[in-house]
Amino acid sequence: MEITTLHYLVVAAALFIIGTIGVVTRRNVVIILMSIELILNAVNLNLVAFSRLHGYHGQVFAIFIVADAAAEAAVGLGILIAFFRNKETVNMDDMDLLKW
Amino acid sequence: MMPVATTFFFYFLSIIAILGAVATITRKSPVHSALSLIFTLLALAGLYLMLYAPFVAGVQIILYAGGIMVLFLFVIMLVNLEKAELEERFNKQWLVGSVVAVLLGGMLLFVYKRGMSVFPATFHSLPEADNTQQIGLYLYRNYMMPFEIASLLLLVAIIGAVVMAKRRI
Repeated sequence: MEITTLHYLVVAAALFIIGTIGVVTRRNVVIILMSIELILNAVNLNLVAFSRLHGYHGQVFAIFIVADAAAEAAVGLGILIAFFRNKETVNMDDMDLLKW
Repeated sequence: MMPVATTFFFYFLSIIAILGAVATITRKSPVHSALSLIFTLLALAGLYLMLYAPFVAGVQIILYAGGIMVLFLFVIMLVNLEKAELEERFNKQWLVGSVVAVLLGGMLLFVYKRGMSVFPATFHSLPEADNTQQIGLYLYRNYMMPFEIASLLLLVAIIGAVVMAKRRI
């Protein structure tokens, strides 16, 4: 049986949904950031799968997304360290300073 | 070169990727989550190789599994997580969140099933021998402006991370 683009899209959709579930259900901020990485990787898999149909554009865009993910992880973890220094927790439910 | 045993490797790598992803969001210890995520990233690098994208696969291993995950592990060591491990893993709205996410996934599968015919049936021939060279040409010709903006973004991210994490500037 030949592996078509659809197979890759289904795997990417599964990874995307698992990442989404991680973002909305977990309380630990480190794991939420890891779930965001999962979502970005699912998008990357989609782009590379489509690059087999449309040329190199998808692969180039995947590299841009990797650069974005690195920037996002650096800033997110910096914010996390600053937050942990102030409130001694990494629990998402305790991050309610903006709550009225 | 034609790939061999494509079906077997596709399912093998996909199952590793999905099991790693599930372990990432269910493990109690963040270190276990990070290690599971590394498995997922390596399996995805294998899938990129199967899609004739060796440069993206290399970037995936070097930057993701090598760079970003080390950053994650460092932060896990910096913040004290013993207390967090004793707490409840999932928040109060976990059931609603999971159901809505699964519905979203069902919608994606529905769209894929209905819209399958719009995908071109023929594959582009992407020779992997000069893959890196071609991507370099695309980056410097077609995507010059986004490339420069990405460098600016990384500069801002470096400065932002230092400003956030440093106690006193």
